[in-house]
Parts: sequence; structure tokens; C-alpha cells
Amino acid sequence: MRQFLFLIKKEFFHVWRDKRTMLILLGMPLMLILIFGFALTNEVKNSRIGVLDKSHDETTRAIIQELEASRYFDLVDNINSEEDLTPAFQSGRIRLAVVFMENFGNELDHGNSAAIQLIGDATDPNVATTLINYASSVIMDYQRRQRAQADLPYSIGTEIRMLYNPQLKGAYNFVPGVMAMVLMLVCAMMTSISIVREREMGTMEVILVSPIVPIRVIMAKLIPYFLLSMINIASILLLSVYVLDVPIKGSLMLLVLECLLFTITVLALGLLISSVAGSQQVAMLASLMGLFLPTVMLSGFMFPVENMPVLLKGLSNVVPSKWFYYIVKNVMIKGLGFENVWKETLILLGMTVFFMTVSVKNFKTRLE
Amino acid sequence: MSGNTVISVKDLTKRFGSFTAVDHITFDVKPGEIFGFLGANGAGKTTAMRMLCGLSLPTAGKATVAGLDLYLDAEKIKQKIGYMSQRFSLYEDLTIRENIRFYGGIYGLSNQQIKDKTAEMTSNLKLGKEVDSLVKSLPLGWRQKLSFSVAMVHDPRIVFLDEPTGGVDPITRREFWTLIYEAANKGTTVFVTTHYMDEAEYCSRVSIMVDGRIDAMGSPSELKSKFDAYDMADVFLKLARGAKRSDN
Amino acid sequence: MKAVTVSNIRKSFKSGKAVTEAVRTVSLDVEDGELFGIIGPDGSGKTTLFRILTTLMLADEGTATVDGLDVVKDFREIRRRVGYMPGRFSLYPDLSVEENLTFFATLFNTSIDENYDLVKDIYSQIERFKTRKAGALSGGMKQKLALSCALIHRPTVLFLDEPTTGVDAVSRKEFWELLRNLQKQKITIVVSTPYMDEAGLCDRVALMQQGRILDIDSPQGITKKFFGELWSARAEKMYELMLSLREMQGVVSCYPFGQVHHVVPKKDFNISQAQDEIRAMGFPDIHLAPISPTIEDCFMNLMNHPEGQMTAGNER
Repeated sequence: MRQFLFLIKKEFFHVWRDKRTMLILLGMPLMLILIFGFALTNEVKNSRIGVLDKSHDETTRAIIQELEASRYFDLVDNINSEEDLTPAFQSGRIRLAVVFMENFGNELDHGNSAAIQLIGDATDPNVATTLINYASSVIMDYQRRQRAQADLPYSIGTEIRMLYNPQLKGAYNFVPGVMAMVLMLVCAMMTSISIVREREMGTMEVILVSPIVPIRVIMAKLIPYFLLSMINIASILLLSVYVLDVPIKGSLMLLVLECLLFTITVLALGLLISSVAGSQQVAMLASLMGLFLPTVMLSGFMFPVENMPVLLKGLSNVVPSKWFYYIVKNVMIKGLGFENVWKETLILLGMTVFFMTVSVKNFKTRLE
Repeated sequence: MSGNTVISVKDLTKRFGSFTAVDHITFDVKPGEIFGFLGANGAGKTTAMRMLCGLSLPTAGKATVAGLDLYLDAEKIKQKIGYMSQRFSLYEDLTIRENIRFYGGIYGLSNQQIKDKTAEMTSNLKLGKEVDSLVKSLPLGWRQKLSFSVAMVHDPRIVFLDEPTGGVDPITRREFWTLIYEAANKGTTVFVTTHYMDEAEYCSRVSIMVDGRIDAMGSPSELKSKFDAYDMADVFLKLARGAKRSDN
Repeated sequence: MKAVTVSNIRKSFKSGKAVTEAVRTVSLDVEDGELFGIIGPDGSGKTTLFRILTTLMLADEGTATVDGLDVVKDFREIRRRVGYMPGRFSLYPDLSVEENLTFFATLFNTSIDENYDLVKDIYSQIERFKTRKAGALSGGMKQKLALSCALIHRPTVLFLDEPTTGVDAVSRKEFWELLRNLQKQKITIVVSTPYMDEAGLCDRVALMQQGRILDIDSPQGITKKFFGELWSARAEKMYELMLSLREMQGVVSCYPFGQVHHVVPKKDFNISQAQDEIRAMGFPDIHLAPISPTIEDCFMNLMNHPEGQMTAGNER
């Protein structure tokens, strides 16, 4: 037993004296709890919705007021016509549209039934379903209260339309997410580990003491992972289209180019990590904690970004996969063109240039 | 396996897949001997030593260490032996005192015993205040001697030393062997591997491993006359180059 | 022009709060075409010095030149001209022998064929293992491969950091023979080693200990400086003999040296008197004989008297 106690004591010393690892071990759980607790919620609140009211009567106004009052919704758009619906969804301004037909109130009073159309952005089917359900329940609630007062039984029917992903396939959502994750893993982590390993093995020393410009050696390391990523992207896309039935609605060329760009962004990130990581373990840890995890949690792939608190929303802007995810979703699932994603593309480009510059500057031509 | 041996090995073999690292070695070590285990890198010295320490199970053959069977009582063997290697030293981020406490505790020494041992070591090695410094801040020469002392903290009957003097300065090397002599004098059996042929001369008996087999064994003077060599380095070279003198 | 000059180089490392002085004000010169050895144990600063000379690290103080070029300002040109073999050989274990050699040739914009004559003697010894993975080679073969890789671009100065460490005695000998042959090609070779006996194979050596140079000279020059006499002592009970000798009045130091003890006596040492004394102490078979000091003896002498071997005389 004493033996055991001595063992424990020694291990405490080791842990305590390695301050850097301790920071991760103590800080990480706090960070995870805070993020999961506050930000990441499947519950959707303050989701942006739009309303197309073709009737403009008392009833519609009442229902709209109920929707507005609900904490789930944030009425941001008063849509004037059908044509305006499409751009509103495409630009991502709204996730849900509530459409009231003409003479809604009259129809209800005289015909005993009227319909409200609920249109959801189903690229994230979970969110869409939730929003539709919320909206339906608000409407049902209103209906119940009205019935309680009046004698006339009338019903408000809801027509549901899921845009972009009518079958509510989860795959639509996670294919772009998986692409981002895979590229992060292959490009960032493996690249950084490979470079650091060269240093650890000692061969980096010999390479440095040679006329070759070390940058060339580094670039040579990036190329295989670049090619590997191309293969990965191709296989993911092929599988998505032919096995998972996720179509590529937009331009394939644009999609591939954007993927190429993101690959380079992530390779640059891998380079950056390798220039600061002292050992392979650090490189791996940094890649996992600093890149992979944020990709999973903050890119919008698992949890919608709009629902996160401001701090995390801001943080997610720094995560390149968030922009990539947005681009891929829009091009692949929504079938949009470059005009809709040029801003995000520019951001990715800017990030790439930044990472590259910093890593090249940081690259040590000496051992220290 | 006579009662007067502290290590008894018969046809000990270790195979890794199709590769035979240790090939049917047989020898005895008597109490208080300094037994030298020589051989080129890859000859099987370290593998053999690890088996005797209970760190690795043999593939075949029999052996007892301190009267305990290698297969049945591997764990008990560890209580009775000390081990030190060139690669493993002490924990660098602990102080000397903490290292002694740790190893003392592992081997079941009481608090008082640990205190006494620490005081003994501090005076023997003239550590002074350095006993409370982190090991990583000490010069390399000190570390070897410290490692040895810590390996002996529980007064084991046998101590195994794996290339303990690699890379240290010549004075420390000799001081280290003084420690070995002292331990042997007190009755501890020392089983040591080394690259330095002059150190082979300090051993009571030496065995030379080639390709997993023991190709020569005996006291340094016996081996020198058998191989018509003027020193152990010469013996080793003659063996390594395959020019063996045939004997009965 | 000297192949290598080192002038008052200092270098320390910080690890947390501890500061280690790896190289403490070292100065030395290496002549063109010399086989120069830096002899010292682990922690003596050899590797750090090498890294400064091969431009891999910057010294805190002092200057150094290689092939007439400054290690700080002209580091790119130096990197084109020197050959470097760091400790642990630094080969790619998962590449074959030939692939490793090709890689290093490519680094220097050359090919195996171009300078093949230079590495022929060495490479021919491992050529039949061309396709074997470097990780599967024995220590001696890795050594030869690493040397070939360092030579493949015909360097003017070759830096070999502990090339014989961890390698068996036979391969060590062969390696030094290779180095001597290389000298004929007019390449300056700077080698570091912890093995004192290898010092004798160099043209000149620098003895290093804990970041300081103890002495620089040819091996013969160093041994000549050994102050006083050196005697070997032998008896049946060697350990007891050593203890007794150390107690003796006339003895300055007594260290075991394999088969005999090396005894450094005080000035007026009388051998027959000493032998009688020792016999009386219980060693009837004592045998004393004068011997010439080896580099190791000198190194130990210098460790005890860093101001110089000659000052050892002040003790007598």
C-alpha cells in the first residue's frame, strides 16, 4: 500500500511540474463545459424567420404576433412576394418562412379552414424540423385558444415544404461536415506531425546543413498530403452522390475549386503548427484541440452557429472550416453559384495567405 | 542448480518470431562475483539481462535468480534485485531526495530506512545541499553514481547494470567501478554489461556473447591465455573476427 | 588559410530556471587537410560546438569561421561546402540504403555517380545491401552509410559528431581506417568521440570537459606534457591494492586501468622502497613497472589540474 502511495506521489510531481500540459488538462474541461453548456444546444432559439402575409387581416396579424413573441423566433423579414422567398433562403437570411394565403381570415371564418404554408431550409434537416414543429405548435396553440372562445370549429391546416432537402436526409448536413473534418485531419495533423518528426529524428539537421532551401523540403512534404486529400474529396463526393443519394446541385467545378482552396488553407495551418510544436505529441495535440475539435463544434456542422452566444459566434469566424462548411453547403446542397459564396471564398483565401506568411516567417533555418 | 549459485541459467532462449535473440545460453554466477557480460550491439546481452530481471519471459530454457524460478516467481525476483541502465537514469524532474523516497517506497523501505539511506548517500557521494536539487540540473558524472546508489537502496542481493558507464568521463567511470567493487565486497553480486574492454578486466568472470550464443566464458586471465591475447580487447577482437583457438 | 577557426565561443542553454553552460569560451584552429579529434565525454560540449560550426546554432559570444567563411554571415555558403554527420546517424530508417544516398545527393544538387570515386571505398562495403531498409542495418553499416551520405557532395570540411558511439569495436577500427584514407583526398575532417583511445589516430586533438578545452595538441604532444612519472601496479587482489596504494604517502593518485593500476607517484619515488612497502602491506606478488602515459591518463590529469598538466608538479 505504501508502495502505491509513493507511486501516486511521484506521479503528482510529474504532472505538477509540467505546467503546459496541466493547463490543457485543467482548462480543457472548463472550456468544454462552457461551450456545451451555453452555446451548443440543439434547441433552437432566436431563429431567423420570414413572413409572407398575402392577407394582411386581423387573424394573420394575431398569429404573426404570437410567432414574434415566441423566444424561438426572430422575425427578420417581411416578405412581399413569392419571388422574394428564394433569395431570402439562398442568402441564408431566414431558415423558415411562414406564408399566409390571400383572404386568410375570411376563409377561416366562412370556410372553416385555411392553410398556412411553412417552408423550412432543410439543408440542416434537424433544425428545419425543429423550427417547423415550433411554428406548428404556436399555430396550434393559437387555434386552441380561439376555439375555446368561439363556437365555430375551424382548423388551420399547415402545409409543410422542406427546401433543398425534402427527404430530410441527415447526410445533406454531414457530408460537408465530414469533408471538413477529414481534410483537417489529413492535411493539418499529418502534415504537422511529419515535419516535426523530421526534426525529432535528427534528419532535419542534415537537411539544414545543405544548400537546399528548406522551404522546398517542406513543400515536398505537403504535396503527398495534398494529393491524398484530392483522393479523399473525390471518394467522399462519389460516395455521397451514388451511395447516399446526396446530389451535387451546384457547379461541380466550383465545388472542387473551393475544396482545393480549403485543402491549401489547412495545409498552411499544418505548417503553422509544425513551426511552433516542439514534438510530435504536441503537434498532434495542437491539431486535435486547436483544429479538429473547433471544426466539429464551431463550424455549424453539428450545432447551428446562429444559436451560439456572441463570444462563440465570434470564435467560429476564426475557424476556417466554418467558412468552408458554409460554401460547400451552399454550392453542393443549395446549388448556388459563386456570386453567393465569393465573400466566404475571399475570407478563406485571406486566411491561407496569412497562415502561409506566418509559417514561412517562423520557419527556423537553425536548430533553436 | 547448486546451492552456491545466485544466478543459474540453463539453455535459456528467447525468440522473437523467427529471430533468435538469445540462443541456449548456460552459465552460473556465484555470490559476490562481478560477472561481466560482453558482446557487440545486437548480440543479445540486453535481451538476456531483461529475462534475468524478470522483465521478459524466456521462450525456452530454465533459470533461477536468487533462488527464485524465472517463470513462476518473476515478480518476487524484482523485489530482490536492483537494476540500472544507461538509458534509464533517475527522474529528471524530481530531486535526488524525492527519487530516493520514491524508489525506497517502491521496495518497501520504512520511512526511517529511507531517511537513513538518504543521509548515507548524501555523505558517501558528498552531495551536500544538492540532494534537494532537481536531477536535471546535475552534471552527468554525478547521475551515474546516483543511479547506482538508488538501484542499491534496498540492499539487493544482486544488481544488474546495463552499460552503466557509457559516455561518462574517465574519472567518473573509475569512481563508478569503485562503487561496484565496494558493493561486491559487501557480498552483493554484480551482473554488468559494458562496451569498455578495460572494464572487463575488473570482473571476476566474463562471458562474451556472439549472435545470441555465449562463445567464451571464464575469468579474464583464463580467456587471455586461451585466446593467446594480451588483453580483453584482443580477446574480443579475435572472437569477433571468428579466429577462435580450438580447445578441448 | 585554416580550415576551421574558433575564437572565444560561448553558448548556454536555459531550461526553466536552470542555465547550462554548454560551451565556455572555447578557442581552437584546424589546419587544412587535418584529421582533428575533439575528445570528451557526454556533456562536454562537443555536439554544441559542432552545431555552431555547422551553422545550426548561434553562439552567445565569439566568432568562428569554416573554410574562411563566417559561420553567422556566410552560413548559406558554408552549408553548401561542409559535410555533416550528426550523432545517431540521422538516416531515414524506412528508406533503403540506395534511396538514402540518392536523397542526400539530391539535397546537394549532385548524383551518386558524380562523386562516386570519393565514396567508393566506403560504399562498396555496404553496396550489396543496397535495397535493404536503413533501419534494418547493423550499427557498423549505418555508420558507413551515414559517412557516404555526408561525403557524396565532395565537401571541403567534414564534421562527424560521435560517429563511433554505440558501434562494436571491430567496426570502430575499420571506420578510423576509412577516415585516414579519406584524408588523402585532401578533406579536412573534424571528429568528436568519447573514446580516449581513438585520440591516438588523429593528427591533433582537443580535449574537452564540461564546456572547456583542457588542451590542444598532437597526441604525442599531449602525452609528453604528462608531468612526472607513471607506474603500473599489479597484484592478485587488485581492489585491495588500489585502496592501499591510495593510502600510501608517496602516491598522488591511483586509478584502475584494466589489468593494472596507474599510479602517479610523488617526486622522489623510489621503486624498490615502494615495492618493499607494498609487499609488507600484504601484497607479496606486487609488480611495479614504469609506463608511458596514454591520452586517458593525461585527460584525467587535466581534469584534476585544469590549469595545465604542468601544474600537477606543484603538488609534489
